[in-house]
Amino acid sequence: MALSLRCFLRCGKNAVSAVRQRGFHRSVPAAAQVTVRDALNQAMDEEMERDERVFLMGEEVAQYDGAYKVSRGLWKKYGDKRVIDTPISEMGFAGIAVGSAMAGLRPICEFMTFNFSMQAIDQVINSAAKTYYMSAGLQAVPIVFRGPNGASAGVAAQHSQCFAAWYAHCPGLKVVSPWNAEDAKGLLKAAIRDDNPVVFLENELMYGVPFEMSEESQSKDFTIPIGKAKIERQGNHITMVSHSRFVGHCLDAAAVLAKDGIECEVINLRTIRPMDVESIEASVMKTNHLVTVEGGWPQFGVGAEICARIMEGPAFNYLDAPVTRVTGVDIPMPYAKILEDHSLPQIKDIIFSVKKTLNV
Amino acid sequence: MKAMLAIISNALCRITGKNVGAQTVSEGARVVVSRSFTDFTPQATFDIKQCDLHRLEEGPPLKAELTREQGLQYYRTMQTVRRMELKADQLYKQKIIRGFCHLYDGQEACAAGIEAAINRSDHLITAYRAHGYTYTRGVTIKEILAELTGRKGGVAKGKGGSMHMYAPYFYGGNGIVGAQVPLGAGIALACRYQGNNQVCVTLYGDGAANQGQLFESFNMAALWKLPCIFICENNRYGMGTSVERASASTDYYKRGDFIPGLRVDGMDVLCVREAAKFAADYCRSGKGPIVMELQTYRYHGHSMSDPGVSYRTREEIQEVRSKNDPITVLKERLLSNNMASAEELKDIDVAIRKEVEDAAQFATSDPEPPLEQLCNHIFCNNPPVEVRGTNPWSKLQSVS
Repeated sequence: MALSLRCFLRCGKNAVSAVRQRGFHRSVPAAAQVTVRDALNQAMDEEMERDERVFLMGEEVAQYDGAYKVSRGLWKKYGDKRVIDTPISEMGFAGIAVGSAMAGLRPICEFMTFNFSMQAIDQVINSAAKTYYMSAGLQAVPIVFRGPNGASAGVAAQHSQCFAAWYAHCPGLKVVSPWNAEDAKGLLKAAIRDDNPVVFLENELMYGVPFEMSEESQSKDFTIPIGKAKIERQGNHITMVSHSRFVGHCLDAAAVLAKDGIECEVINLRTIRPMDVESIEASVMKTNHLVTVEGGWPQFGVGAEICARIMEGPAFNYLDAPVTRVTGVDIPMPYAKILEDHSLPQIKDIIFSVKKTLNV
Repeated sequence: MKAMLAIISNALCRITGKNVGAQTVSEGARVVVSRSFTDFTPQATFDIKQCDLHRLEEGPPLKAELTREQGLQYYRTMQTVRRMELKADQLYKQKIIRGFCHLYDGQEACAAGIEAAINRSDHLITAYRAHGYTYTRGVTIKEILAELTGRKGGVAKGKGGSMHMYAPYFYGGNGIVGAQVPLGAGIALACRYQGNNQVCVTLYGDGAANQGQLFESFNMAALWKLPCIFICENNRYGMGTSVERASASTDYYKRGDFIPGLRVDGMDVLCVREAAKFAADYCRSGKGPIVMELQTYRYHGHSMSDPGVSYRTREEIQEVRSKNDPITVLKERLLSNNMASAEELKDIDVAIRKEVEDAAQFATSDPEPPLEQLCNHIFCNNPPVEVRGTNPWSKLQSVS
């Protein structure tokens, strides 16, 4: 009797929850854990479905499902016409992608990593970025160049460079660097819908990381405006500005620092160019201290630009200390793990720099 | 006097039994009786040089038909380009045109012949020696010259200059040697993707023919059967380097390897037209890309800063001018077949000279673009953005 009662209760509980679930009729739960990879995949899928001019081309994007599986399932769904495997010809296929954009299509050109984009950089800069200006508005180039940027793990010097500063140097380009899944999806959708050349810098180490995505951010019309930073964590004592993977490092450092009573404001740039300097300035005018964190090299980098912009703007007078840049070490990336680990900002480096800046 | 001349002219017409067509009786000393249009041969067939073929069983036809209208049109086009380029030469020497200026005189048959063979809605892209194509693709002489002089009436509002002029279905004007070739293959990809039966003519020179990105483009175009006509305008010199000194193989029509090719006399507008028609039909039939080499010649040096005689002889230039000039070749055909009169052609010359002169007038008097527009056209369909000027206090605006 007790047994059957227990059974009934168990079933009954399930039955009740089943009834509750049945009432919703949602294909996707309210909030969901989505990896950055899947977020990118969804963004491309949704935009390809929405606009038949959108197509993807790059090495291994079709039948291999993408070198990092970012384009998994797209070839199966859309076929050869819209998901195109290219030969190993970066300069050639980047040029072809740009030409197709000039003639009315909306290509997504994938570089297997942005290191290989150097082979094609002339097409990105001279054929894509400058054309709308040179033609005084006669010829637009609605193209997205995307792929993993910056250091991976153990891939050594030729495969680990961060190109944020290189591309962000050039007028005519938009340069975007998402951190989490919501960034990845919203910004990629925005980039694809943008009528301008967008360099979309992903990060290989982030592909497999899951993040909670709000219901709103899962909508097919969810986009994030290019050129707007996001404050990931509010704080009063010091501003930390970062992009891509190191936003996570900053948040981890902030959690540790909070234990010491230091409240950090963490800004996720999201877009490198055009940079949302106003958000940084507003934050610095509140906290009076600024640390920039990036994976790229220090010289002529993203942090260097932020320093210059802060000096030229209203926030300079609010600084209680010079801006600190936390960057990758100024060397080609070594291979050995211990060397590689010490070539990029670690959480302890960020914590150290924050305390130094605050003089504590 | 006028009445008497009219009587004489009518009488002459009645005597010869011809229709009284358009008659001009000029007021003044000379009696000018124009021949009526039925005097002229309306159409003729000409033998044209056979093309060398690569991986092709058949080539373009060996005969070309030419109507009087077409003859006059090609003549007008080539003469306009010629005079426009010579005017640009003059303006450059007067320092009214600055920077780069790569002139096309001598190569007119290529631009005129290609345009005669393709549809306006086909696509065309070329390198920096682009003024001729800018004209044949529909930009007015005024807008071209005003762009060269950097005025707001230029086709790119003065922002582009010689190498960056654009029009519908014309993608410039490209400054980086060879970069236009993958672009052209990409335009062809768009044609195939959209299924619109259009082709893309992608031009490059004998110098660019050695660029790696060309071979990458050939490979992908062939792989994906892109409707791309790759055309090498071989004018024998890449800047100051002759083809023999630059290329291990100067058979540029064979450089596509697995892509069929043809080598064409680029100084004969009919040859160019027939070959381009052949190539366009080939591409439109879905067979994939094709390579064409046009053997042509430029009278000027590489650019206005190159006198063009340090690496070739004046005799060579003179020889081409006297034996092979594309305009002369056509003119002789028209005259010897009674398809036009010398006077008529002269009238056309005079009219063109005037048109070019008027355009040059405009190009020298039109104002430069206003400084407020300095930063415009960075982005398309974008809200206005702020652009940093030369110093931190200089905040400029960029409008789409």
